[in-house]
Amino acid sequence: MPNSPQSKPTTFSPSAGYAAGFAMPERAHAKSPKGLTREVIESLSAYKQEPAWMLTARLNAFEIFKQKPLPAWGGDLSKIDFNDLYYYVRPDERVQQNWDDVPADIKETFDRLGVPEAEKQFLSGSGAQYDSEAVYHNIQKHLTDKGIIFLDTDSALKKYPELFKEYFVTVVPPADNKFSALNSAVWSGGSFLYIPKGVRVDLPLQAYFRINTERMGQFERTLIIADEGSYAHYTEGCTAPAYTTNSLHSAVVEIVVRRGARVRYTTIQNWSKNVYNLVTKRAHVYADGLMEWVDGNLGSALTMKYPSAVLLESGARGTVLSLAMAGDGQHQDSGGKIIHVAPHTSSMIISKSISYGGGRASYRGLVKVTPKAEHARCFVSCDALILDTASRADTYPTMDIRARDCDISHEASVSKIGEEQLFYLQSRGLDEANARSLIVNGFLEPIVKELPMEYAVELNRLIQLEMQGAVG
Amino acid sequence: MHTLTIHNLSAQIGVQKILHEVSLTVKSGEIHIIMGQNGSGKSTLATTIMGRQDSTVTGGQATLDGSDLLALAPHQRAHAGLFLGFQYPMALPGVTVSQFMRLALRALCTARGLEFKSTEFNAELQNAVSALGLDQSFTQRGLNDGFSGGEKKRMEVLQLMMLKPHFAILDEIDSGLDIDGLKCIANALNELVRTQKTGVVLITHYPALLKTITPHFVHIMSSGRVVATGGEELARNIAEHGYAQFTTI
Repeated sequence: MPNSPQSKPTTFSPSAGYAAGFAMPERAHAKSPKGLTREVIESLSAYKQEPAWMLTARLNAFEIFKQKPLPAWGGDLSKIDFNDLYYYVRPDERVQQNWDDVPADIKETFDRLGVPEAEKQFLSGSGAQYDSEAVYHNIQKHLTDKGIIFLDTDSALKKYPELFKEYFVTVVPPADNKFSALNSAVWSGGSFLYIPKGVRVDLPLQAYFRINTERMGQFERTLIIADEGSYAHYTEGCTAPAYTTNSLHSAVVEIVVRRGARVRYTTIQNWSKNVYNLVTKRAHVYADGLMEWVDGNLGSALTMKYPSAVLLESGARGTVLSLAMAGDGQHQDSGGKIIHVAPHTSSMIISKSISYGGGRASYRGLVKVTPKAEHARCFVSCDALILDTASRADTYPTMDIRARDCDISHEASVSKIGEEQLFYLQSRGLDEANARSLIVNGFLEPIVKELPMEYAVELNRLIQLEMQGAVG
Repeated sequence: MHTLTIHNLSAQIGVQKILHEVSLTVKSGEIHIIMGQNGSGKSTLATTIMGRQDSTVTGGQATLDGSDLLALAPHQRAHAGLFLGFQYPMALPGVTVSQFMRLALRALCTARGLEFKSTEFNAELQNAVSALGLDQSFTQRGLNDGFSGGEKKRMEVLQLMMLKPHFAILDEIDSGLDIDGLKCIANALNELVRTQKTGVVLITHYPALLKTITPHFVHIMSSGRVVATGGEELARNIAEHGYAQFTTI
């Protein structure tokens, strides 16, 4: 087992709450009460020994959260009971989830995906930290030699307060929406990444390599600053289902892409199907910079997530590749947003969704070209594949073009798997489930080929599993 | 030696009766040609034998070496050694010819308890692609995705060459081909019959194919029935005099 906690840093474990075993009532005294109050935020901030400005920022965000209405669009949020959620659990008081309490279908999926035992336990919240000291140290050394800062967000606030304060809430302000306000009030954990000028990191950076931090937290806050001419690829999540008893995941990701820098941010989320996944992700892109979002949504009950790029200076580029799979009881409301602020900026949004077994996939996109952004170029393509009559796909594209001499195009398609297509593949010896998953794989290929290899392989297997379920 | 036997097969699509007691016996290494006008039931015969859902068998049998094909799902019929070349092959964007052939052959090997050999597969695919006069880059294209009419037909024959079924029913494999394409496909088919002893059923309404392929049997279909069976001379007769002589009404 690679999880023996030897001489770990004495900093607390951030992103508390995610892996906690709230299902064990005898330890109920170990966590803050349900619901969100000033007191909960004050004790959270005090426990973390945060500077005063952060507590003030949290409390201000809390006021905004209380005033902001729920979005009137997107998915059905009416069932979220904010008073029935835990917002913080002290890491040293976290209770391990009992492996026996993890639902059978999640365990079965782990087995069928061939997830290693240790990772299974971590993902289900029942194991200790899944990490490897050796791998961690090697990577950390490799990074620090280049001047890269890669820490959990809480540690970064402690160690680099000036840098932190310079960028925190500058890309996604608390007042952006109700959930960014909530996150700003109660955030915990997430990643902080700073790449110095001209430094390129070829290895995809994963939260996985960061010790003492869960891969995904409940209210994680991620801040990435790519200085001029730098490059990094950050990946988060995994295709195996991430089980949590907590039903709200509301993260914020802020990225600053300086002149000539490039950041690729890849997410695959497969939250268990009880989770509301309401995430705000945005990048500010400066001259000749490139922000690339690769966003895969497989799990959760409802996801509302539209990774965005604000193209602030000439030559800035932004792309969003969005993949969504919506099965029984799921609504994936996802897409992307691009704001062209400067002239000669370009963008692309490519979305592929699959709905099956009564699921609903909605593409929601915004392309805004401000009057100054002359000669902006934008290409949007959204394709939906519907596998059965019980399922649904919708498209909500918004184009707000206010500049001259722009080149904007939009393509959309909705298709179904035809009987003739299935019969063709069956006549070649593939059974119906395999034929369906092959059609689905082919449909998703333009996005899957952009994923890191291990994600792509796992994703294909996952699709196969889901298709077998879909055919019965 | 394998035998495909169709005996008194009747079938309907929806409420419309299409096939009426069709009988046909094909043995390994034989070439049969089924001719007939549009709407005579040729294509329905082919898809019914392969097991397309929309066709309901109302009577008769279809067996391969004595085992009941009608009780099997389409993919199981393929595993039993049956192949259908489509008149309008379906596209599968995002899945390359190479990936697809690999999957289909794997499924076949698994069903038959055989080992799939990757290196042999690669070599065979290369050879088949060359034999059909195609560039090797063809295998990296999406299956039938953006293929020309001729490329689609070659693709059907490529699959036939790779899957090596006992029996191949080819629905208008000759339509939309130029002379070179026709020759190329005819050569490939003749080679399969000679080396693999594949039993071939060619469905066509153009006699042009007969210049390069010599059938053992020719069957004429009209209004869902086989109304005449003969040798090569029957096809020549059609070429000269048309189908009117066989129209039953």
